[in-house]
Amino acid sequence: MGLMDRFKAQRELHAAVKTCGADPFGVKMDKILSSTEALVEGRRTILCGSNNYLGFTFDADCIQAAKDALDACGTGTTGSRIANGSYNDHKALEADLADFYGKKHCMVFTTGYQANLGAISTLAGPDDFLIIDADSHASIYDACKLGSATVIRFKHNDPADLDRRLGRLADQPGNKIVVVEGIYSMLGDHAPLKEFVAVSKKHGAYILVDEAHSMGVMGKTGQGVVEHDGVLDQVDFITGTFSKSMGAIGGFLVSNDPDFEILRVSCRPYMFTASLPPATVASVRVSLAKLRANPGLMNKLWDNVDTLYNGVQAAGFSVGKQKGPVVAIHLTDPAMAARAWRALLLNGVYVNLALPPATPSGTALLRCSVSAAHSTEQLETVVSILSQIGREIGILKNETRAVAAE
Amino acid sequence: MAASAAQVSSFSLHDVVAEIATALVPFKKSEIEITATTDISRDLNMDSLAVMDLLMELEDKFDVSIPLNMVPEISTVGQLAQTVIDSKKGA
Repeated sequence: MGLMDRFKAQRELHAAVKTCGADPFGVKMDKILSSTEALVEGRRTILCGSNNYLGFTFDADCIQAAKDALDACGTGTTGSRIANGSYNDHKALEADLADFYGKKHCMVFTTGYQANLGAISTLAGPDDFLIIDADSHASIYDACKLGSATVIRFKHNDPADLDRRLGRLADQPGNKIVVVEGIYSMLGDHAPLKEFVAVSKKHGAYILVDEAHSMGVMGKTGQGVVEHDGVLDQVDFITGTFSKSMGAIGGFLVSNDPDFEILRVSCRPYMFTASLPPATVASVRVSLAKLRANPGLMNKLWDNVDTLYNGVQAAGFSVGKQKGPVVAIHLTDPAMAARAWRALLLNGVYVNLALPPATPSGTALLRCSVSAAHSTEQLETVVSILSQIGREIGILKNETRAVAAE
Repeated sequence: MAASAAQVSSFSLHDVVAEIATALVPFKKSEIEITATTDISRDLNMDSLAVMDLLMELEDKFDVSIPLNMVPEISTVGQLAQTVIDSKKGA
Protein backbone atom coordinates (compact mmCIF):
# COMPACT_ATOMS: atom_id res chain seq x y z
CA MET A 1 0.00 0.00 0.00
CA GLY A 2 1.38 3.39 -1.01
CA LEU A 3 1.99 6.15 1.52
CA MET A 4 -0.95 8.26 0.34
CA ASP A 5 -3.32 5.39 -0.51
CA ARG A 6 -5.24 5.71 2.72
CA PHE A 7 -6.50 9.14 1.60
CA LYS A 8 -8.58 7.51 -1.14
CA ALA A 9 -11.89 8.64 0.37
CA GLN A 10 -10.68 12.23 0.85
CA ARG A 11 -9.30 12.27 -2.69
CA GLU A 12 -12.65 11.16 -4.10
CA LEU A 13 -14.58 13.71 -2.02
CA HIS A 14 -12.21 16.51 -3.01
CA ALA A 15 -12.40 15.55 -6.70
CA ALA A 16 -16.21 15.53 -6.51
CA VAL A 17 -16.25 19.03 -4.98
CA LYS A 18 -13.88 20.35 -7.66
CA THR A 19 -16.34 19.37 -10.42
CA CYS A 20 -18.13 22.64 -9.56
CA GLY A 21 -15.37 24.29 -11.63
CA ALA A 22 -12.80 25.35 -9.03
CA ASP A 23 -11.24 24.16 -5.78
CA PRO A 24 -13.15 25.73 -2.88
CA PHE A 25 -10.24 24.88 -0.57
CA GLY A 26 -7.54 26.31 -2.81
CA VAL A 27 -8.72 29.76 -3.89
CA LYS A 28 -5.93 32.05 -5.04
CA MET A 29 -6.27 35.66 -3.97
CA ASP A 30 -4.31 37.40 -6.75
CA LYS A 31 -4.24 40.72 -4.93
CA ILE A 32 -5.71 41.87 -1.62
CA LEU A 33 -7.31 45.27 -2.23
CA SER A 34 -8.66 46.09 1.23
CA SER A 35 -10.04 44.34 4.31
CA THR A 36 -13.19 43.53 2.29
CA GLU A 37 -12.03 43.13 -1.32
CA ALA A 38 -9.57 41.08 -3.35
CA LEU A 39 -8.83 40.30 -6.98
CA VAL A 40 -9.73 36.67 -7.71
CA GLU A 41 -9.40 35.26 -11.25
CA GLY A 42 -9.08 38.87 -12.39
CA ARG A 43 -12.37 39.93 -10.80
CA ARG A 44 -12.93 42.44 -8.02
CA THR A 45 -14.41 40.19 -5.33
CA ILE A 46 -16.20 41.03 -2.09
CA LEU A 47 -14.64 39.05 0.78
CA CYS A 48 -17.52 37.74 2.84
CA GLY A 49 -15.86 34.78 4.54
CA SER A 50 -12.66 36.05 6.10
CA ASN A 51 -13.54 36.50 9.82
CA ASN A 52 -12.10 40.02 9.70
CA TYR A 53 -14.82 41.11 12.13
CA LEU A 54 -13.53 44.61 12.90
CA GLY A 55 -11.66 45.12 9.62
CA PHE A 56 -8.35 45.75 11.41
CA THR A 57 -6.15 44.16 8.71
CA PHE A 58 -5.91 47.47 6.86
CA ASP A 59 -6.22 49.86 9.80
CA ALA A 60 -3.67 52.64 9.29
CA ASP A 61 -2.60 52.74 12.95
CA CYS A 62 -2.13 48.96 13.12
CA ILE A 63 -0.07 49.02 9.94
CA GLN A 64 2.07 51.90 11.20
CA ALA A 65 2.74 50.13 14.52
CA ALA A 66 3.74 46.98 12.63
CA LYS A 67 6.09 48.96 10.36
CA ASP A 68 7.72 50.68 13.34
CA ALA A 69 8.25 47.34 15.10
CA LEU A 70 9.67 45.84 11.93
CA ASP A 71 12.23 48.65 11.74
CA ALA A 72 13.05 48.52 15.44
CA CYS A 73 13.05 44.75 16.12
CA GLY A 74 13.44 42.98 12.80
CA THR A 75 11.40 40.45 10.89
CA GLY A 76 11.26 37.59 13.36
CA THR A 77 12.33 36.26 16.74
CA THR A 78 13.96 33.13 15.21
CA GLY A 79 13.09 31.03 18.21
CA SER A 80 10.87 30.29 21.15
CA ARG A 81 10.30 32.39 24.24
CA ILE A 82 12.16 29.89 26.45
CA ALA A 83 15.21 29.82 24.16
CA ASN A 84 15.42 33.29 22.61
CA GLY A 85 13.73 35.25 25.36
CA SER A 86 10.65 37.44 25.42
CA TYR A 87 10.68 40.82 23.71
CA ASN A 88 9.24 43.77 25.61
CA ASP A 89 6.15 43.72 23.43
CA HIS A 90 5.41 40.02 24.12
CA LYS A 91 5.23 40.84 27.82
CA ALA A 92 3.34 44.09 27.16
CA LEU A 93 0.72 42.31 25.04
CA GLU A 94 0.28 39.71 27.79
CA ALA A 95 -0.22 42.49 30.31
CA ASP A 96 -2.71 44.22 27.97
CA LEU A 97 -4.78 41.05 27.60
CA ALA A 98 -4.71 40.17 31.30
CA ASP A 99 -5.92 43.70 32.00
CA PHE A 100 -8.61 43.53 29.28
CA TYR A 101 -10.04 40.36 30.82
CA GLY A 102 -9.41 41.40 34.43
CA LYS A 103 -7.40 38.21 34.99
CA LYS A 104 -4.03 37.95 36.71
CA HIS A 105 -2.18 35.97 34.06
CA CYS A 106 -1.82 35.70 30.32
CA MET A 107 0.27 33.65 27.92
CA VAL A 108 0.52 34.50 24.24
CA PHE A 109 0.86 31.73 21.65
CA THR A 110 1.97 31.85 18.03
CA THR A 111 -1.46 30.88 16.67
CA GLY A 112 -4.95 30.47 18.06
CA TYR A 113 -4.76 26.80 17.16
CA GLN A 114 -1.68 26.44 19.35
CA ALA A 115 -3.36 28.30 22.22
CA ASN A 116 -6.09 25.65 22.37
CA LEU A 117 -3.68 22.84 21.62
CA GLY A 118 -1.33 23.96 24.38
CA ALA A 119 -3.80 25.02 27.04
CA ILE A 120 -6.15 22.04 26.80
CA SER A 121 -3.52 19.33 26.37
CA THR A 122 -1.44 20.65 29.28
CA LEU A 123 -4.10 21.62 31.83
CA ALA A 124 -5.71 18.16 31.88
CA GLY A 125 -3.43 15.35 33.10
CA PRO A 126 -3.64 11.57 32.73
CA ASP A 127 -6.08 11.17 35.64
CA ASP A 128 -8.29 14.07 34.54
CA PHE A 129 -11.32 14.43 32.27
CA LEU A 130 -11.97 16.77 29.37
CA ILE A 131 -15.67 17.19 28.65
CA ILE A 132 -15.99 18.88 25.27
CA ASP A 133 -18.86 20.19 23.16
CA ALA A 134 -19.59 17.87 20.22
CA ASP A 135 -19.17 20.72 17.71
CA SER A 136 -15.75 21.76 19.01
CA HIS A 137 -13.16 23.23 16.66
CA ALA A 138 -10.42 20.93 15.31
CA SER A 139 -7.88 22.58 17.62
CA ILE A 140 -9.85 21.31 20.64
CA TYR A 141 -10.15 17.77 19.25
CA ASP A 142 -6.42 17.79 18.40
CA ALA A 143 -5.59 19.04 21.91
CA CYS A 144 -7.50 16.05 23.30
CA LYS A 145 -5.41 13.72 21.12
CA LEU A 146 -2.16 15.39 22.14
CA GLY A 147 -3.00 15.26 25.83
CA SER A 148 -3.40 12.32 28.15
CA ALA A 149 -6.81 12.96 29.74
CA THR A 150 -9.97 10.92 29.30
CA VAL A 151 -12.25 12.67 26.79
CA ILE A 152 -16.05 12.75 26.90
CA ARG A 153 -18.18 14.60 24.34
CA PHE A 154 -21.55 16.23 25.12
CA LYS A 155 -24.35 17.38 22.83
CA HIS A 156 -23.73 20.76 21.22
CA ASN A 157 -24.88 23.74 23.32
CA ASP A 158 -26.91 21.46 25.61
CA PRO A 159 -26.34 22.17 29.34
CA ALA A 160 -28.74 19.37 30.42
CA ASP A 161 -26.71 16.89 28.41
CA LEU A 162 -23.47 18.19 29.98
CA ASP A 163 -25.10 17.80 33.40
CA ARG A 164 -25.97 14.16 32.65
CA ARG A 165 -22.49 13.30 31.40
CA LEU A 166 -20.73 15.02 34.32
CA GLY A 167 -23.13 13.14 36.60
CA ARG A 168 -21.88 9.81 35.23
CA LEU A 169 -18.34 10.84 36.18
CA ALA A 170 -19.30 11.84 39.74
CA ASP A 171 -17.43 8.93 41.36
CA GLN A 172 -14.28 9.43 39.31
CA PRO A 173 -11.53 11.15 41.33
CA GLY A 174 -9.82 13.19 38.56
CA ASN A 175 -10.29 16.88 37.82
CA LYS A 176 -12.90 17.71 35.20
CA ILE A 177 -12.47 20.50 32.67
CA VAL A 178 -15.44 21.52 30.53
CA VAL A 179 -14.44 23.03 27.16
CA VAL A 180 -16.83 25.22 25.18
CA GLU A 181 -16.57 27.98 22.59
CA GLY A 182 -18.17 31.43 22.70
CA ILE A 183 -19.39 31.66 19.10
CA TYR A 184 -19.10 28.45 17.05
CA SER A 185 -17.16 29.07 13.85
CA MET A 186 -19.29 27.03 11.45
CA LEU A 187 -22.92 27.50 12.52
CA GLY A 188 -22.33 30.89 14.14
CA ASP A 189 -24.43 30.14 17.22
CA HIS A 190 -23.15 30.94 20.70
CA ALA A 191 -22.93 28.92 23.89
CA PRO A 192 -25.50 29.30 26.71
CA LEU A 193 -22.56 30.13 28.94
CA LYS A 194 -24.47 31.07 32.08
CA GLU A 195 -26.05 27.61 32.12
CA PHE A 196 -22.76 25.86 31.28
CA VAL A 197 -21.00 27.69 34.12
CA ALA A 198 -23.78 26.73 36.58
CA VAL A 199 -23.62 23.04 35.55
CA SER A 200 -19.81 23.01 35.73
CA LYS A 201 -19.81 24.57 39.23
CA LYS A 202 -22.48 22.12 40.39
CA HIS A 203 -20.16 19.23 39.54
CA GLY A 204 -16.98 20.96 40.76
CA ALA A 205 -15.60 21.14 37.21
CA TYR A 206 -13.34 23.81 35.75
CA ILE A 207 -14.55 25.59 32.63
CA LEU A 208 -12.50 26.84 29.68
CA VAL A 209 -14.09 29.09 27.04
CA ASP A 210 -12.60 29.69 23.60
CA GLU A 211 -13.60 33.20 22.53
CA ALA A 212 -11.87 33.01 19.11
CA HIS A 213 -14.91 34.15 17.14
CA SER A 214 -16.54 36.23 19.89
CA MET A 215 -13.75 38.50 21.17
CA GLY A 216 -14.26 41.97 19.70
CA VAL A 217 -17.73 40.82 18.70
CA MET A 218 -19.87 40.16 21.79
CA GLY A 219 -20.19 41.75 25.21
CA LYS A 220 -20.30 45.45 26.00
CA THR A 221 -16.53 45.90 25.79
CA GLY A 222 -15.82 43.02 23.38
CA GLN A 223 -14.61 40.39 25.86
CA GLY A 224 -16.93 37.88 24.23
CA VAL A 225 -19.71 35.62 25.44
CA VAL A 226 -18.19 35.58 28.97
CA GLU A 227 -19.14 39.25 29.14
CA HIS A 228 -22.43 38.92 27.25
CA ASP A 229 -23.56 36.30 29.78
CA GLY A 230 -21.99 38.06 32.78
CA VAL A 231 -19.81 35.10 33.82
CA LEU A 232 -16.29 36.44 33.29
CA ASP A 233 -15.40 36.10 36.99
CA GLN A 234 -16.67 32.51 37.13
CA VAL A 235 -14.79 31.18 34.11
CA ASP A 236 -11.46 29.52 34.94
CA PHE A 237 -9.70 29.82 31.58
CA ILE A 238 -10.27 31.83 28.41
CA THR A 239 -8.48 31.21 25.12
CA GLY A 240 -8.70 33.31 22.00
CA THR A 241 -7.04 34.34 18.79
CA PHE A 242 -5.60 37.43 17.12
CA SER A 243 -6.48 36.15 13.66
CA LYS A 244 -10.14 37.17 13.66
CA SER A 245 -11.22 40.52 15.14
CA MET A 246 -7.61 41.52 15.93
CA GLY A 247 -6.69 41.24 12.23
CA ALA A 248 -3.34 39.46 12.60
CA ILE A 249 -2.31 36.03 13.92
CA GLY A 250 -1.58 34.54 17.34
CA GLY A 251 -3.45 33.21 20.32
CA PHE A 252 -3.76 33.63 24.09
CA LEU A 253 -4.74 32.03 27.36
CA VAL A 254 -5.83 34.09 30.41
CA SER A 255 -6.62 32.89 33.92
CA ASN A 256 -6.45 33.70 37.63
CA ASP A 257 -4.95 30.33 38.51
CA PRO A 258 -2.16 31.03 41.05
CA ASP A 259 0.13 28.38 39.51
CA PHE A 260 -0.35 29.69 35.98
CA GLU A 261 3.33 30.53 35.34
CA ILE A 262 4.37 26.84 35.48
CA LEU A 263 2.65 26.44 32.11
CA ARG A 264 5.48 28.41 30.48
CA VAL A 265 7.86 25.52 31.15
CA SER A 266 5.31 22.70 30.77
CA CYS A 267 3.19 23.55 27.74
CA ARG A 268 4.91 22.13 24.68
CA PRO A 269 3.00 24.05 21.95
CA TYR A 270 4.19 27.21 23.76
CA MET A 271 7.76 26.05 24.44
CA PHE A 272 8.79 24.45 21.18
CA THR A 273 7.76 26.90 18.49
CA ALA A 274 9.05 30.33 17.51
CA SER A 275 7.29 33.22 19.22
CA LEU A 276 5.18 35.83 17.44
CA PRO A 277 7.13 38.26 15.24
CA PRO A 278 7.45 41.82 16.62
CA ALA A 279 5.37 43.43 13.83
CA THR A 280 2.44 41.13 14.59
CA VAL A 281 2.60 41.76 18.32
CA ALA A 282 2.73 45.51 17.73
CA SER A 283 -0.30 45.53 15.43
CA VAL A 284 -2.32 43.39 17.86
CA ARG A 285 -1.53 45.75 20.74
CA VAL A 286 -2.93 48.61 18.67
CA SER A 287 -6.01 46.61 17.57
CA LEU A 288 -6.80 45.76 21.19
CA ALA A 289 -6.18 49.35 22.33
CA LYS A 290 -8.50 50.65 19.60
CA LEU A 291 -11.25 48.20 20.56
CA ARG A 292 -10.89 49.22 24.22
CA ALA A 293 -10.91 52.92 23.40
CA ASN A 294 -13.92 52.57 21.13
CA PRO A 295 -16.15 49.53 21.75
CA GLY A 296 -18.63 51.35 19.48
CA LEU A 297 -16.68 49.76 16.59
CA MET A 298 -18.81 46.70 17.30
CA ASN A 299 -22.03 48.65 16.60
CA LYS A 300 -21.13 48.95 12.92
CA LEU A 301 -20.41 45.20 12.86
CA TRP A 302 -23.84 44.40 14.31
CA ASP A 303 -25.59 46.83 11.94
CA ASN A 304 -23.89 44.94 9.12
CA VAL A 305 -24.95 41.62 10.64
CA ASP A 306 -28.55 42.87 10.48
CA THR A 307 -28.17 43.74 6.81
CA LEU A 308 -26.77 40.35 5.78
CA TYR A 309 -28.69 38.07 8.16
CA ASN A 310 -32.06 39.74 7.64
CA GLY A 311 -31.39 40.00 3.91
CA VAL A 312 -30.65 36.33 3.30
CA GLN A 313 -33.42 35.26 5.65
CA ALA A 314 -35.96 37.44 3.84
CA ALA A 315 -34.73 36.01 0.53
CA GLY A 316 -35.83 32.61 1.83
CA PHE A 317 -32.53 30.96 2.75
CA SER A 318 -32.34 28.71 5.77
CA VAL A 319 -29.95 30.33 8.26
CA GLY A 320 -28.88 29.61 11.85
CA LYS A 321 -31.31 30.60 14.63
CA GLN A 322 -28.93 32.95 16.41
CA LYS A 323 -28.00 36.16 14.67
CA GLY A 324 -24.28 36.92 14.60
CA PRO A 325 -21.32 37.79 12.38
CA VAL A 326 -21.09 34.20 11.13
CA VAL A 327 -24.11 33.80 8.86
CA ALA A 328 -24.34 30.18 7.77
CA ILE A 329 -26.74 29.29 4.97
CA HIS A 330 -27.80 25.67 5.42
CA LEU A 331 -28.17 23.34 2.42
CA THR A 332 -28.87 19.64 2.40
CA ASP A 333 -27.07 18.83 -0.86
CA PRO A 334 -23.25 19.25 -0.87
CA ALA A 335 -23.11 19.24 -4.70
CA MET A 336 -25.67 22.03 -4.91
CA ALA A 337 -23.74 23.96 -2.25
CA ALA A 338 -20.53 23.62 -4.28
CA ARG A 339 -22.29 24.84 -7.45
CA ALA A 340 -23.69 27.84 -5.57
CA TRP A 341 -20.26 28.58 -4.09
CA ARG A 342 -18.68 28.55 -7.57
CA ALA A 343 -21.41 30.75 -9.05
CA LEU A 344 -20.92 33.26 -6.22
CA LEU A 345 -17.19 33.47 -6.92
CA LEU A 346 -17.82 33.93 -10.65
CA ASN A 347 -20.09 36.83 -9.68
CA GLY A 348 -17.53 38.46 -7.40
CA VAL A 349 -18.58 37.17 -3.98
CA TYR A 350 -16.29 35.02 -1.83
CA VAL A 351 -17.82 32.98 0.99
CA ASN A 352 -16.67 29.74 2.64
CA LEU A 353 -17.96 26.36 1.54
CA ALA A 354 -18.17 23.96 4.48
CA LEU A 355 -19.01 20.31 3.96
CA PRO A 356 -19.53 17.25 6.17
CA PRO A 357 -17.82 15.84 8.19
CA ALA A 358 -16.38 19.30 9.02
CA THR A 359 -19.98 20.43 9.58
CA PRO A 360 -22.45 19.01 12.10
CA SER A 361 -25.28 16.64 11.14
CA GLY A 362 -24.53 16.29 7.44
CA THR A 363 -25.40 19.87 6.45
CA ALA A 364 -23.51 21.73 3.76
CA LEU A 365 -22.94 25.41 4.52
CA LEU A 366 -22.38 28.55 2.53
CA ARG A 367 -20.66 30.26 5.42
CA CYS A 368 -20.57 34.04 5.29
CA SER A 369 -18.81 36.25 7.81
CA VAL A 370 -19.53 39.92 8.31
CA SER A 371 -17.01 42.69 8.94
CA ALA A 372 -17.49 46.14 10.42
CA ALA A 373 -15.51 47.28 7.38
CA HIS A 374 -18.15 46.09 4.90
CA SER A 375 -20.24 48.87 3.44
CA THR A 376 -24.02 48.45 3.47
CA GLU A 377 -23.87 48.47 -0.34
CA GLN A 378 -21.38 45.56 -0.38
CA LEU A 379 -23.63 43.45 1.84
CA GLU A 380 -26.73 44.36 -0.17
CA THR A 381 -24.83 43.24 -3.27
CA VAL A 382 -23.98 39.94 -1.56
CA VAL A 383 -27.66 39.38 -0.65
CA SER A 384 -28.80 40.22 -4.17
CA ILE A 385 -26.25 37.94 -5.89
CA LEU A 386 -26.96 35.15 -3.39
CA SER A 387 -30.69 35.44 -4.07
CA GLN A 388 -30.24 35.39 -7.84
CA ILE A 389 -27.97 32.33 -7.69
CA GLY A 390 -30.24 30.68 -5.14
CA ARG A 391 -33.14 30.94 -7.60
CA GLU A 392 -31.06 29.82 -10.60
CA ILE A 393 -29.68 26.76 -8.84
CA GLY A 394 -32.97 25.87 -7.25
CA ILE A 395 -32.12 26.54 -3.59
CA LEU A 396 -34.87 29.16 -3.51
CA LYS A 397 -38.36 29.00 -4.96
CA ASN A 398 -38.86 31.49 -7.76
CA GLU A 399 -40.96 33.92 -5.81
CA THR A 400 -39.59 35.23 -2.56
CA ARG A 401 -41.60 33.80 0.28
CA ALA A 402 -43.20 35.98 2.88
CA VAL A 403 -41.00 36.42 5.95
CA ALA A 404 -41.71 33.40 8.09
CA ALA A 405 -42.90 33.98 11.62
CA GLU A 406 -40.57 32.25 14.07
CA MET B 1 -35.83 4.75 26.17
CA ALA B 2 -32.65 4.57 28.26
CA ALA B 3 -32.22 1.19 29.85
CA SER B 4 -32.06 1.23 33.62
CA ALA B 5 -28.80 0.34 35.34
CA ALA B 6 -30.27 -2.93 36.62
CA GLN B 7 -31.18 -4.01 33.11
CA VAL B 8 -27.79 -3.13 31.69
CA SER B 9 -25.80 -5.00 34.31
CA SER B 10 -27.52 -8.19 33.22
CA PHE B 11 -27.00 -7.52 29.50
CA SER B 12 -24.95 -10.08 27.63
CA LEU B 13 -22.60 -9.32 24.76
CA HIS B 14 -25.31 -10.70 22.48
CA ASP B 15 -27.92 -8.26 23.81
CA VAL B 16 -25.59 -5.26 23.48
CA VAL B 17 -24.66 -6.24 19.92
CA ALA B 18 -28.38 -6.39 19.10
CA GLU B 19 -28.91 -2.89 20.54
CA ILE B 20 -25.96 -1.53 18.58
CA ALA B 21 -27.23 -3.20 15.40
CA THR B 22 -30.53 -1.34 15.82
CA ALA B 23 -28.70 1.97 16.25
CA LEU B 24 -26.66 1.24 13.11
CA VAL B 25 -29.60 0.56 10.79
CA PRO B 26 -29.42 4.07 9.22
CA PHE B 27 -25.78 3.45 8.25
CA LYS B 28 -26.25 0.11 6.48
CA LYS B 29 -24.91 0.24 2.92
CA SER B 30 -26.96 -2.76 1.78
CA GLU B 31 -29.09 -5.48 3.27
CA ILE B 32 -26.14 -6.96 5.16
CA GLU B 33 -26.86 -8.31 8.62
CA ILE B 34 -25.03 -6.48 11.38
CA THR B 35 -23.20 -8.93 13.64
CA ALA B 36 -20.37 -8.82 16.17
CA THR B 37 -17.83 -9.12 13.34
CA THR B 38 -19.19 -6.21 11.26
CA ASP B 39 -16.39 -3.66 10.76
CA ILE B 40 -17.76 -0.23 11.64
CA SER B 41 -15.75 1.91 9.22
CA ARG B 42 -15.28 -0.61 6.39
CA ASP B 43 -18.71 -2.31 6.24
CA LEU B 44 -20.87 0.67 7.16
CA ASN B 45 -21.33 4.12 5.70
CA MET B 46 -19.93 6.00 8.70
CA ASP B 47 -17.45 8.86 8.92
CA SER B 48 -15.52 9.76 12.06
CA LEU B 49 -18.24 12.17 13.19
CA ALA B 50 -20.96 9.52 12.83
CA VAL B 51 -18.91 7.09 14.94
CA MET B 52 -18.55 9.71 17.70
CA ASP B 53 -22.28 10.45 17.53
CA LEU B 54 -23.00 6.72 17.86
CA LEU B 55 -20.84 6.53 21.00
CA MET B 56 -22.84 9.38 22.51
CA GLU B 57 -26.10 7.62 21.73
CA LEU B 58 -24.82 4.40 23.31
CA GLU B 59 -23.65 6.28 26.40
CA ASP B 60 -27.24 7.44 26.91
CA LYS B 61 -28.81 4.09 26.04
CA PHE B 62 -26.67 2.18 28.55
CA ASP B 63 -26.00 5.04 31.00
CA VAL B 64 -22.21 4.69 30.77
CA SER B 65 -19.23 6.87 29.86
CA ILE B 66 -17.40 5.78 26.71
CA PRO B 67 -14.31 8.00 26.32
CA LEU B 68 -13.31 9.16 22.83
CA ASN B 69 -9.90 7.70 23.70
CA MET B 70 -11.44 4.26 23.04
CA VAL B 71 -12.28 5.02 19.38
CA PRO B 72 -8.94 3.89 17.86
CA GLU B 73 -9.31 0.52 19.59
CA ILE B 74 -12.81 -0.18 18.30
CA SER B 75 -13.16 -1.56 14.80
CA THR B 76 -15.95 -4.14 15.04
CA VAL B 77 -19.44 -4.06 16.50
CA GLY B 78 -18.35 -6.82 18.91
CA GLN B 79 -15.45 -4.70 20.23
CA LEU B 80 -17.80 -1.77 20.65
CA ALA B 81 -20.26 -3.94 22.58
CA GLN B 82 -17.45 -5.21 24.82
CA THR B 83 -16.40 -1.58 25.47
CA VAL B 84 -19.95 -0.76 26.59
CA ILE B 85 -19.99 -3.77 28.95
CA ASP B 86 -16.55 -2.89 30.36
CA SER B 87 -17.61 0.74 30.88
CA LYS B 88 -20.60 -0.48 32.86
CA LYS B 89 -18.41 -2.65 35.08
CA GLY B 90 -15.94 0.16 35.61
CA ALA B 91 -18.62 2.66 36.62
